[in-house]
Amino acid sequence: MRLVMGNEAVALGALAAGCDFYAGYPITPASEILEGMAHLLPPRGGVFLQMEDELGALAAVVGAAWGGARAMTATAGPGFSLMQEHIGYAAITQTPCVVVDVQRGGPSTGLPTLPSQGDAMQARWGTHGDRPAIVLTAASVREAYDATIRAFALAEQYRQPVVLLLDAVVAHMREPVDLPPPPPPSRQRPRPSAEPPFGEHPFTPFGSGRAVVVTGLSHDDEGLPRTGSARASERMLRATEARMAADPALGGLTSYRLDGARLAVLSYGVTARVARAAIDALRGAGQAVGGLELTVLWPFPEQGVVDLAGQVDAILVPELNLGQMVLPVRAAVAGRCRVESLGRADGTLFQPDDLVAAVRAMPHDSPVGREARHA
Amino acid sequence: MPRIGEDLQRYLRTEMMPTVWCPGCGHGNIARAIAAALEHLAYDPERVVLVGGIGCSGRTPFYFRTNALHTTHGRALAFATGLKLARPDLKVVVVTGDGDALAIGGNHFIHAARRNLDVAVVLYNNSIYGMTGGQQAPTTPVGARSTTSLSGAIEPAFDAVELAMAAGASYVARTTTFDVQEMPLLIADAIEHPGFALVEVLTQCPTYYGRLNRLGEAPEMLLWERDQTEPAQAPITREEMAAGRPIGVFRREVRPEFTRSYAALCERLGAGADG
Repeated sequence: MRLVMGNEAVALGALAAGCDFYAGYPITPASEILEGMAHLLPPRGGVFLQMEDELGALAAVVGAAWGGARAMTATAGPGFSLMQEHIGYAAITQTPCVVVDVQRGGPSTGLPTLPSQGDAMQARWGTHGDRPAIVLTAASVREAYDATIRAFALAEQYRQPVVLLLDAVVAHMREPVDLPPPPPPSRQRPRPSAEPPFGEHPFTPFGSGRAVVVTGLSHDDEGLPRTGSARASERMLRATEARMAADPALGGLTSYRLDGARLAVLSYGVTARVARAAIDALRGAGQAVGGLELTVLWPFPEQGVVDLAGQVDAILVPELNLGQMVLPVRAAVAGRCRVESLGRADGTLFQPDDLVAAVRAMPHDSPVGREARHA
Repeated sequence: MPRIGEDLQRYLRTEMMPTVWCPGCGHGNIARAIAAALEHLAYDPERVVLVGGIGCSGRTPFYFRTNALHTTHGRALAFATGLKLARPDLKVVVVTGDGDALAIGGNHFIHAARRNLDVAVVLYNNSIYGMTGGQQAPTTPVGARSTTSLSGAIEPAFDAVELAMAAGASYVARTTTFDVQEMPLLIADAIEHPGFALVEVLTQCPTYYGRLNRLGEAPEMLLWERDQTEPAQAPITREEMAAGRPIGVFRREVRPEFTRSYAALCERLGAGADG
């Protein structure tokens, strides 16, 4: 057991997942991941590369992935904006890779180093066009470690870029965790494959025994931009998204004291930890309040939220933004219960008392709300 | 070196032809020179990656039986940097245009040169944006017309050779599509060079640059290329460089190369022999 910083846990999680290539660009509050990988990778024979900008960083990661590397980058708000074009490129070229975004206040240079959850929607929709998206998040150092390992596994399973969204609190805080030592480096070499390189076929990086054509243009399963290839790319995007939607293992929800709850706080990242404290306080005061925490933002774990809407009278969605994940929550709930957004984007965290007050102010058509109002 | 007319089908993906390039465009001549260079060097197509950006030049990789990485606008060298570090055993050839390499991709261009990354860069310079319809490029000479400089360009142009030399490239050459015998030799030379190797090829765009500047069709433009340039012997003086548009090899030096320096660093820090 030792004290580990969230960003350090990401680097260690990446090594545990077999990551052997990192390219990045300095940016707060993600720089400790860059520095950690600069320290950890070279003695293992892995590649650490500091690029000239974030566009170049993700480009290098995608290039390395086609060289057969398990590759990742990490950045923060403005850098994540710059990476959007290559997230789209990785999506249409079905390139497995991992992008960590330690969110910070925006838009633009915004609030350097101060915590935010403002990239939840950008992580889903930031690139132009449609794409299947997997976006994970974490509320603790241990979760950041586990989510990083999981991001690599999902990236390879689905042949897609996977985004891990952290916030500056989780990234910078130290918690006592017991992490295994990194495994010895294991350099995978591409295995020969006779299958077409795209569509529903396995990932076959360069050097798999046949020449591969990779392009960001719509292409067929052979990778070539030809007549009908727009339909082939659409088919691939739809099929990938459908597989994600049908995968029960993707999950994405953790419940906290939901038994008998008539009112719920739905949250993620550092806000989920504040929510727990608020729920404990409210439960202590005899109120039937519970929590639902998102660990996968996208694909949005819709069914769990539909089920929650059947149980409670109202859902509070506190976020360190002006109301982003509340949108898919509202869409999933579809009027079955009340949904309240509580947002802030001033670089400060919610205090438990803020959430307690917000829950108590919930509409009085719910029994809990009525009770709170008279309390 | 394979002569014109010789079979290059081992390297060319003929089923993707005809190409997207306009009649009279010089890009096909450059593609042929790359294929001839690969044939001359007898590389296994499966061990070669052609990395392209966006624009007319960026389409080149589709016409080759090598691995192809057709990337985003301006970023071919950034993709190539990651790929080459991950797989130093693969031969990486980057094809790019003047807008792709020197405008949107200018930053990656100078940094790849600074690192002395072991890639060969073939820069197709037609002095204009072709694929988007003939707009001004950072290589459009002062006074030249484009659809965004109909009264003549007022911005000074970049000289790719000088830029690459200043940024630290260890091999720098220039040729033209008129010089069909020399072009594949220079490209083969650049591919074999252990470091960042630039071959700038002046190429004709009769559709836009030629039409807008009344330079005629492809044959007239090839002669115009010939008349614009002067063979030079390295080392070339600044005066010669400024006086005209010399062609030839301007620099060929062996300097510490990035992937080898990186491997040495890993070894010094205790990485295994196969690191």
